[in-house]
Amino acid sequence: MLNFATRRFGLSLLILFVAVTVMFLMIRAVPGDPVQIMLGPRATPELQAQLTAALGLDQPIWKQLLIFYGNLLQGDLGTDVFSGRAVTDIVFQQLPYTLELIFASILWSATLGIGLGAYAAAHPNTLIDRIAAAISVSFVAAPAFVVALLALLVFAVHLQWFPAIGAGDGFLDRLDHLVLPAFAIGLSWVGYIARLVRASMLEVMGESHVRTARAFGIAERRVVMVYALRIAILPVVTVIGVGMGFLLSSAVFAEIVFARPGLGKLVIDSITTRNYPIVMGSVLISTALFVVSTALADLINALLDPRARTAH
Amino acid sequence: MTETLLEIDHLSVDYETGRGDLKALRDITFNVNKGEIVGIVGESGCGKSTLISSILRLTAPNTRFREGEIRFKGQDLLQASDRQMRDLRGADISIVFQDPMQTHNPVLTIGQQMLDIQHRSKQSKADKLAHAAKMLGAVGIPDPEARLKQYPHEFSGGMRQRIAIAMALMSEPDLLIADEPTTALDATLEVQIIERLQELQREFHCAILFISHHLGVIAELCDRVVVMYAGAVVESGEVREIFHDPKHPYTRRLIECDPGHIKERARVLPTIPGEVPDLANLPGGCIFRDRCDQAMARCATDVPPLDQLKEGHHAACWLNHEEVTT
Repeated sequence: MLNFATRRFGLSLLILFVAVTVMFLMIRAVPGDPVQIMLGPRATPELQAQLTAALGLDQPIWKQLLIFYGNLLQGDLGTDVFSGRAVTDIVFQQLPYTLELIFASILWSATLGIGLGAYAAAHPNTLIDRIAAAISVSFVAAPAFVVALLALLVFAVHLQWFPAIGAGDGFLDRLDHLVLPAFAIGLSWVGYIARLVRASMLEVMGESHVRTARAFGIAERRVVMVYALRIAILPVVTVIGVGMGFLLSSAVFAEIVFARPGLGKLVIDSITTRNYPIVMGSVLISTALFVVSTALADLINALLDPRARTAH
Repeated sequence: MTETLLEIDHLSVDYETGRGDLKALRDITFNVNKGEIVGIVGESGCGKSTLISSILRLTAPNTRFREGEIRFKGQDLLQASDRQMRDLRGADISIVFQDPMQTHNPVLTIGQQMLDIQHRSKQSKADKLAHAAKMLGAVGIPDPEARLKQYPHEFSGGMRQRIAIAMALMSEPDLLIADEPTTALDATLEVQIIERLQELQREFHCAILFISHHLGVIAELCDRVVVMYAGAVVESGEVREIFHDPKHPYTRRLIECDPGHIKERARVLPTIPGEVPDLANLPGGCIFRDRCDQAMARCATDVPPLDQLKEGHHAACWLNHEEVTT
């Protein structure tokens, strides 16, 4: 197990390195000179040259990359071009908002999705199963930004059940502000996870070992919840791990629609102003988040499935 | 002395399918006495699996019990409640399934699974684990205490089948159903498992219903044998009787086809030509008629009854009737 974890960690670092390098090169391929965009058309050439040098943009790109990694290893992600604050400060200030949004979305959608899927699989081809299927498919088909706008309109503007914008202060207020955005980006996941769990459960329920468990008179509840669900959940854990990446991009919509602070909003804002250090910092943290979540999913899988521990 | 444990009494079972009812079992009748080993032999698709899943009532949802009774200690299992059935399973009736590689839960330790099947016992967890270890030792798993902590994939196929046998015998059942327990294993392991089963049967005095298509194993292990063909019993009797004096052409052909029986080198292995009749659309008369080289006019019109020819020896064939002279 420890061996498996070590190897998985090494792989994560490699993925992180490749992703960040590619991102570094890509952002420099975006058209438009950052210095001109930042300073505006009336800046003097001296001022432009000064900023270019300050940003290290006069160096060849490989040297820029080396400097970036050199600073990164010392925990320095650079400074915000406009405010001069450390990028780490800004990013880590925004990070909790995005994290709480993503975790809330995963939590409610996985709980409901697994429950719905397991229930449907335990009663295949019944009316309940068909209704669950219809609901799941329509949830999957609903894009997060549409749901976000509709939820905002219905629950915040008309019914006024939940606040429309911001992230709130204090635990309960923050929770209150989380409801609508988490609902919006989690909804399609409910359907997706439910379909996945149902298919996976039906497959497992047909396997011989389930018949064995029944042949020993083990209670049907335990057969479904322990003997079958524990195996059926494995692909779902992987999907949720990878899904963190998709949720990160959905979070961008939610943060814009609900005017929430967060990584997504920070990235969008800093790309439009070509604020490279902020973009790179946010992207680095997002990528790390994604890499950590997939690695975590693999580790959970290995904990749940003894075969995965030896297979790698 | 010979107390009847299990009575299959004129059992008929259908599967409802899109193309009509599949008559999987028709008019099956035989007994298993206490402490006796009865073999069921027949080709794939003859209804062996339907029969054992019917006994345990672990049948597919499209199964319909049309007629007959399955009596276990006098109680009709087809009328028993789900709760009563669940109380029987793994307690009075246990089963060892065919494929040892698939029979255990892959994500739970063997110890956990052996704990779970003792769910009726009031013993402490430590006592239950000790019992599990003792049973693993009894089927010849070395170092059983340590191996309880292992997962199924850490055992070989032969070991897994022995574990399955240990699990089935743990509650000291009155009836052990063994569904082709050696089919997925190679020949040397097969002998080991059979010998182990014999030893354990002497120790636990349970009756065994042993399903196989391997006649050699049946002859080795069983007291009596039931020969099934296309969902019906065609012959049943003492093992010695059946092997030395088969009274049904199908039994004779089965014995001829058994590789263990072939003494000379043959270029072509013997087979029984023809195919099993379509169970959804059964022809009238004898079901084996199309593949039988001794078929007569009467076989096409009348279904031969399962007649008692000698004490305990039954066969369903017109050739055994006195009015027929060949």
